[in-house]
Amino acid sequence: MVHNALPLQWRKYPERYYLKGNYCENCKTSFFPQRSICPNCRRKGKLVEKDTPFTGKIVSWTEVSVAPFGFENETPYFLAIIEMENKAKILAQIVDSKKEKIKTGARVTKKFRKISDIDPEGAIAYGYKFKVVE
Amino acid sequence: MRSVSIIGTGLTKFGEHWDKSFRELIAEAGVKAIESAKIEGKTIEAIYGGCMASGRLIGQEHIGALIADQLGLNPIPSTRVEAACASGGVALRSGILAISSGTYDIVAVGGIEKMTEVSTEAASFALGGAGDQETELFHGATFPSLYALMARRHMEEFGTTEEQMAMCSVQAHKNGVNNPHSQFQREITVEDVMQSGYVASPLKLLDCSPITDGAATLILCETEKAKKMGLENAVEIIASTQASDSLALTGRKSLTEMAATKIAVKEAYEKTKLEPKDIDLVELHDCFSIANILAIEDLGFFKKGEGGKAVEKGKTSLNSEISVNPSGGLKCGHPVGATGVKQAIEIFEQLNGTAGKRQVKNAKIGMAHNVGGSGATAVIHIMKKT
Repeated sequence: MVHNALPLQWRKYPERYYLKGNYCENCKTSFFPQRSICPNCRRKGKLVEKDTPFTGKIVSWTEVSVAPFGFENETPYFLAIIEMENKAKILAQIVDSKKEKIKTGARVTKKFRKISDIDPEGAIAYGYKFKVVE
Repeated sequence: MRSVSIIGTGLTKFGEHWDKSFRELIAEAGVKAIESAKIEGKTIEAIYGGCMASGRLIGQEHIGALIADQLGLNPIPSTRVEAACASGGVALRSGILAISSGTYDIVAVGGIEKMTEVSTEAASFALGGAGDQETELFHGATFPSLYALMARRHMEEFGTTEEQMAMCSVQAHKNGVNNPHSQFQREITVEDVMQSGYVASPLKLLDCSPITDGAATLILCETEKAKKMGLENAVEIIASTQASDSLALTGRKSLTEMAATKIAVKEAYEKTKLEPKDIDLVELHDCFSIANILAIEDLGFFKKGEGGKAVEKGKTSLNSEISVNPSGGLKCGHPVGATGVKQAIEIFEQLNGTAGKRQVKNAKIGMAHNVGGSGATAVIHIMKKT
């Protein structure tokens, strides 16, 4: 299962554990995940590594009742698109929050959580989920 | 560039074909198309086949070779085209480009998907590949959930309601009843949709397209050659455009429009000197009810934000302001790779006046709009009766 592939997990630690992103010094845009080429400036871009802030606000959200492989036991769960303080957008689960607090505009902060454990031969995948800041 | 026309079509019923294999569906649609075009199979010079996820759904890749083999058309070149749910539309465009470039005079374009050999969860995972595996699927996103994120935003920005989205499904089912190829042959009510249970809020089960098996085939021919052959039902393709956008939803400038659709359709309108009001019918990509609302806005039929109200007022029903999805749209069934080809077949039928009870009156110009993923690929075709 691709979610739990060992080299993938290892490669993704900086991104999934502490939101390592990058930033183009030419067009002043932050990216998460890191991009190899700035989509705005292409080869004229100057990409440098940069951490993404751990807080942002919900732009849109949904409560998922029918899950794909590996998430069947977690339903219902919340997914949101979050605009981070550097304007980069992240899709992630919203956890440990009261249902009525999960709404557009709510401030959220990054938490470190288990994401999936589907493949008995693979690695348990950890990464980011978000929690509403009360 | 040479003009290209559709001269024949073949379509299997869309539904759960437990008794038929992937290759049998290809053979059925292929033979029907060749018979309908009244040509000999050996006059076909190349094949382009749209298929999204056969590897995950039936464990089979190398679909290009499989199609030519099944139809007894070896040794002509046969190529699989994949662009998620837009695979069929992009395959059609590949066939058009192959003829308009002067490389071939006659090609076959197919679309196929066999989705019921695996569990719903496995099919859902396979379809998820149309999104971003590393930043969407990994976090538990499903296709309904990605469209749900767009739907929520549309509701909050423009006041679109769940009932208005439900109306899209009601209208699609109503049209599908009159289409013998459609998966669902019954009407539903707004209440049925509202009570069908959330899949990913605000989208409910009946806001979603189903899991379907099906195949569709078109025979394309250079327009002048088609005229010389005396093929009276030929339909000319007057625009074929395509655009791309970020793979993941988080990369989009807006969640309430599909930039790829807007760019592709603008180019198609410019090329044909047509305006939205000139289009008599549109087969648009309504994989979810919200996608119908986004599309009628992005294609220019209604202003941004007014799609929900337009559907509610019946402006998109059969023979109204713009006839949307007379075939039943994706509620007719959504065998992903076949959908883009099926849309073109419906327009061929409509422009020839052979669509029976779902016929759009005086249909002269039709548009097909096929989307891949959550909007990362959009393909537009405009067709007219010659």
